[in-house]
Amino acid sequence: MNLVDDIRRGDVRAIARAISLIEDFEPEAELLADSLFPHTGRALILGVTGSPGTGKSTLVDRLITLERRSGHKVAVIAIDPSSPFSGGAILGDRLRMQEHATDPGVFIRSMASRGFLGGVAAATGDVLKVLDAAGYDTIFIETIGVGQTEIKIVELSDIVLLVLMPGTGDEIQAMKAGVMEIGDIFIINKKDMPGADKLRMEVEYVLSFKNPGEDTVINPIVMTSATNGEGIGLLREAIAAHRSEIARSGKLEQKRRFRLERELMGVLSRKIHRLMDVRIEVSKQLPDWADTLYRRKACPYALINKQIQNFLKEGRGDRTN
Amino acid sequence: MPSKKTRILIAKPGLDGHDRGAKFIARALRDEGYEVIYTGIRQSPEAIVQTAIQEDVDFVGLSLLSGAHNELFPRVVDLLKENGAEDIKVIGGGIIPEEDIPLLKEKGVQAVFGPGTSTEQIVEFLEHESGR
Repeated sequence: MNLVDDIRRGDVRAIARAISLIEDFEPEAELLADSLFPHTGRALILGVTGSPGTGKSTLVDRLITLERRSGHKVAVIAIDPSSPFSGGAILGDRLRMQEHATDPGVFIRSMASRGFLGGVAAATGDVLKVLDAAGYDTIFIETIGVGQTEIKIVELSDIVLLVLMPGTGDEIQAMKAGVMEIGDIFIINKKDMPGADKLRMEVEYVLSFKNPGEDTVINPIVMTSATNGEGIGLLREAIAAHRSEIARSGKLEQKRRFRLERELMGVLSRKIHRLMDVRIEVSKQLPDWADTLYRRKACPYALINKQIQNFLKEGRGDRTN
Repeated sequence: MPSKKTRILIAKPGLDGHDRGAKFIARALRDEGYEVIYTGIRQSPEAIVQTAIQEDVDFVGLSLLSGAHNELFPRVVDLLKENGAEDIKVIGGGIIPEEDIPLLKEKGVQAVFGPGTSTEQIVEFLEHESGR
């Protein structure tokens, strides 16, 4: 495939087009992703999550500058929500990163979630492959930022940066079992705002009883002011130290193996879903099935079990791909 | 199951900071189902073109109120061509005098939408151009 060669040469147009093919689930997307796969696994993937307005985009912007100074090529996937009503989206994250727009060593791509839950888009995993194979050393994934449901980022990243800001103290308590667990490095941004130190203490407190006895990795907490560029150097050092630490302890490998497991599960369930949809026309029949349930003529589990049995009896689903 | 979305970059070249029109269009197009990349004010033609390429958009919508459209709009068209991206179509809006429009079109700007244009007109144009 010529496109693969162009991507590996770092051709920006080819990279951008490949991402669109994947996002749009075009028929050639699967072959493309598989052709790229052998060339992936090099990039460091950093997930950036946190509530809206905490300063994720500005932080990424500042980190790009430092990465570029060290000669690294950087890519960013910035995800914003699609409107559930129109399917459209306004993708505005890159607004804060536009000073890098003309730097050939930086590639920024905005993605709409297109109805996928978990803070990212369904195609994000395969888009990562394009950027990894294209030779970007560091890839940032910036999530939508809606809070507790942003768990998918863990499956996609080597290191998750959780961005917090003062004034969200009560939220921390509520997040004990939610977003707090997904962060590897905790960033308290807008550190000049009142309450920053209190927030730090709260985060330390919550982290002190995180996974007792099981997880020996210490989660750094870094205070930053992205707008003023303060603390960004410390943050970058914390990321580098954390990377070495998880590489040494084997946690990085463990994470990457887990990611591949999740990816396989994702592909499998998508395929099964599609297969069922084509073979027994699930979407089309759904209203009829619901009708029999509504009239209490059938029960949910029995109905689905029967459909699955019929499906299996009919044999292989060679009509789909 | 392909699910192609039309993507459009709304950008403001030049020095004026009046982005209300650009933001209005961005929202209107989102409500019509478009994926709109919005990059804010004071973008250089170079930044606009690199953004358009990275984002793999179908259209670039330029908004300008300062009067520099005769230089900046064609510059975006030319840079797209130089970068092998002449298939990305450029449209313009803002305060553009009627007499400047033929020149802009001659230089490769596909359409110019002035004040008073309805969202429907723009959507109709975009859908026609993207072959839907």
